Amino acid sequence: MNDRPLTINQTLSIVRRPSPNFLKATFAVVWKDLAAEFRSRELFSAMLVFSLLVILIFNFALELDIKTRQSVTSGVLWVTFAFAGTLGLNRSMSVEKDRGCLDGLLLAPVDRAAIYFGKVISNLVFMLIVEAIVLPVYSFLYNINLFQPGLLLVVLLGSIGYVTVGTLLASMAVQTRTRDVLLPILLFPVAVPVLIASVKASGGFLTSADFASEIMPWINLLIVYDVIFTAIAFMVFDYVVEE
Amino acid sequence: MITVKKLVKRFGMKTVLRGVDLEVQPGEFVALLGPNGAGKTTFLRILASLSRPSLGEVRVAGYRLPGEAAAVRANLGVVSHLPLLYGDLTAEENLRFYGRMYNISNIEFRISEVLEMVGLENRRRDLVRTFSRGMQQRLAIGRAVIHDPEVMLFDEPYTGLDQDASSMLDEVLRSVAAQGRTVVMTSHDLARAEDLATRFDILSRGIITASVTRNNLKKTSLPAFYKQALAN
Repeated sequence: MNDRPLTINQTLSIVRRPSPNFLKATFAVVWKDLAAEFRSRELFSAMLVFSLLVILIFNFALELDIKTRQSVTSGVLWVTFAFAGTLGLNRSMSVEKDRGCLDGLLLAPVDRAAIYFGKVISNLVFMLIVEAIVLPVYSFLYNINLFQPGLLLVVLLGSIGYVTVGTLLASMAVQTRTRDVLLPILLFPVAVPVLIASVKASGGFLTSADFASEIMPWINLLIVYDVIFTAIAFMVFDYVVEE
Repeated sequence: MITVKKLVKRFGMKTVLRGVDLEVQPGEFVALLGPNGAGKTTFLRILASLSRPSLGEVRVAGYRLPGEAAAVRANLGVVSHLPLLYGDLTAEENLRFYGRMYNISNIEFRISEVLEMVGLENRRRDLVRTFSRGMQQRLAIGRAVIHDPEVMLFDEPYTGLDQDASSMLDEVLRSVAAQGRTVVMTSHDLARAEDLATRFDILSRGIITASVTRNNLKKTSLPAFYKQALAN
């Protein structure tokens, strides 16, 4: 305990300004999340270790010839990203709830959608960093080239969709006692379209399928999903977090 | 400064607040007392715009809730038994983050001022998770006043504090109130409430059953008044 005498009756010099704009509040939340995570590395290390373990287990569990590898790779990758993403989303919102910090955020005089988008961007950054490490490790273990621009685009679009809806549902699940169990139960059914589209589009790139007829429809679905769920989250986040 | 009329709050079939009426004048320090489950925290969460009223009218600092919630929040500081601080950020990083969320100008100067006010300027670069409970609570008050709010809400601020930490918190609370802010505090600690507040309201079973000012209380003690209010 610091025993220094308190200074009483001080007049604080305040220059109040209007409420921060949307972008400023959003990036304040992103800065806070990144600063806290780069110091503790709890969320990132859990996601990364989990992802590496999953692809290792699949490597040993599946008898993989060259042809089979190409057909199962997209499924293995997206199962890994989805499960690791759920870990990250749960942890990201638990940090807000544990010390009442979510209330601290909600007390700020900002559009609450700015808080949501701040959380989405920081969750997306964590997920993309994990993916950037998992992809080369997977390429090395399975001897398959994953560094194709089209495939990377699918990873980005799929991750955006997954994190967009995941952050919204995590902010609902975190209000409950069973939040660790509840998030995947809520998230996976809603994220089925984005996971199917991501697996199909990724598989298409890996098997060199026809772009216009076999890949493009799935990419279109991913884009539509991302836009729709971003709009829905923008509209409902305020109601989700308020009692 | 705070006007509440016929406030009702329901959670599903359960009615927690059953028509609360409350008027708090600018500069008043109101202690809201009552047994567990009386609805004190729910009431404060509604004033803080963290919970929507089911029925009734709520105005804080001249703004109506929930319609003008953002304007209310700009004039409001809240301290609860949880610190609302990030353990993996330092004291000054926490204040910097909240300062940005409140769009405070000259933020570094303000951080120094607030840390000095709560007596933590020597620990400004330490992670909050290394702080004792008492230090966290003082920093929580610093967080709550960083934007110089007109209205302060304290929800059981002494929970989990030892005697030394509670005494220090008394000093900080007095300094906060001495700056002319309107304060509403819930507490189970009648002695501390009696020492700090200028008015005492008793919330029981979802309604305010009694209210007395400090001047009128001189005829009796607060514990006796509290006991009598609950018995009625």
